[in-house]
Amino acid sequence: MKKFTRTLTCVLALCTITTLAVANEDAELIINEELNISTKSAAPAGSALDELVSGWRFRIKETQALQMDDFDNPSFIFIEQGEELFAKVDGSEGKACASCHEDVASFKGLRTALPRHNASSGKLDTMETLVNNCRTERMGAEPWKWSKGKMTAMTSLISLQSRGMPMNVKVDGNVAGAYKMGEELYYTRVGQLEMSCANCHEDNYGNMIRADHLSQGQINGFPTYRLKNAKMNSIHGRFKGCMKNIRATPYKEGSEEFRALELYVASRGNGLSVESPSVRN
Amino acid sequence: MLLRVFIAITATLISTSAFAEDTAPDAVSFGEDGEVMASLTGVVGDPVAGRKLSINRKLGNCLACHVNDDASSELFHGEVGPELNGVGSRWDTAQLRGIVVSSRNTFEGTIMPSFYRAKNGVRTLKKFEGKTILSAQQVEDVVAYLLTLKEE
Repeated sequence: MKKFTRTLTCVLALCTITTLAVANEDAELIINEELNISTKSAAPAGSALDELVSGWRFRIKETQALQMDDFDNPSFIFIEQGEELFAKVDGSEGKACASCHEDVASFKGLRTALPRHNASSGKLDTMETLVNNCRTERMGAEPWKWSKGKMTAMTSLISLQSRGMPMNVKVDGNVAGAYKMGEELYYTRVGQLEMSCANCHEDNYGNMIRADHLSQGQINGFPTYRLKNAKMNSIHGRFKGCMKNIRATPYKEGSEEFRALELYVASRGNGLSVESPSVRN
Repeated sequence: MLLRVFIAITATLISTSAFAEDTAPDAVSFGEDGEVMASLTGVVGDPVAGRKLSINRKLGNCLACHVNDDASSELFHGEVGPELNGVGSRWDTAQLRGIVVSSRNTFEGTIMPSFYRAKNGVRTLKKFEGKTILSAQQVEDVVAYLLTLKEE
C-alpha cells in the first residue's frame, strides 16, 4: 500500500510537471489590470518571421502571472534599488542622476529607440553606454559593469518608463553597417554545436528543446528577471549565455559585435510592446 | 546473473576498444547520401551504453531535440527533430552512423550538430576546440541503440 501511494504520488507529480510545462500561447498580457501589452504583432515588411511573438507567450501560466501584477513581479525589488541609485549622489561632481534628470519619467520612449547611433563616438549607444557616459562624463563617477546589479537596476528603471510603447529602432542611415553586422552574426553558426541564433529562434520557436520552450528570442522585455538566477539580466548577458550553451566563446558584453546583434535583434521585434522589466524562466 | 554476464561482456568490449584503432574524425568516409559504411572502431556498439548516452545532457542528449518513447521515464523530450520511435526501421546502420557522425551530409542545412567532426564551428570554446562531441565508440554505441528502436 505504502509503495502504491508513493507510486501514485510520483505519477501525480509527473502529471503536474507535464501540465506546467505547457505554454500558454494564447494568453493576453494586461499588467495591473490596466496596461495592455502587445505580445503579438504583425511582422514588419521583409521580416523573416510570420508574426512577432513576445517571449512572454512562450512561458507557462505561473511565470506569465508574475508579470501581470507589479506586486508579484520580483523585478520591482530591483526597480526600487534603481530609484535609490537615481537619487544618490556619486562621483567627483557631487551629482546624482536626478540632479540633471529631475524625473526618471522624462526617459519615456528611450527604450523603444535603442540601440541608436552616437554621432560623437560613431558607435551604437545602448542603455548601458548612455548611463555610463553620464556617470563618467557628467558625474565624475566610476562606470558600472555592464551586467552587474547597479547597472541592471538602473536600466530596468529607465526601461520601465517606456513600458507598453512599441519597439521602434532605426535600422538604416548611419546604423545600416551595424545592422548588417548584427544580421550576419545572427545567421552565423558557431561553437562546437555549430548553431546560429536563427536555428533555434527563427526556425524552431514554439518547439521544445528538452525542457526549454524555444521563443523568438525577442528582447522587448529586457532587462528581464529570470527565475533561474533570481536577478535582472542584461541583453548582452543573455547573448553570452546562449553562446556558451552552444559551446561557443561569447563576445564581450558591450563589444561592437553584441551592440550590433542587439540592434538587429531589437529590430526583429519592432512593433512589440516594451515589457521591461519582464519575468522569464 | 544475466546482468552480471552482460556487464562482463560490456567491460570486455570497452577494454577492447581501448586498443582498437579508431577512425579519426577527418578520415571518415561518407557515401553519396551521407552514409558511413565502416564502423569507426571495429568494435560492436553497445546499445545499453548508447541508450545512456542518448539521455545524457552533456553527451548525446538526443532527447534535447527528439521524442523517444523508449526513454519515456525521462522528463522533457524535445520536438526540434523527428521522433526516434521506429528510427531503427527507417534507416540502416550505415545511414544512422552517417547521421550521428555528421547529419549535414544527409540533411542539408540541418540544425543537428555533428557528433564526430574534427573541425568545430567558429569561436568554439577553448575546452571543446578540436574535440568531437562523442568519441568514436560512443557513436557506435548510439548507433547500436538506435537500431533497437524498431517500428511496432
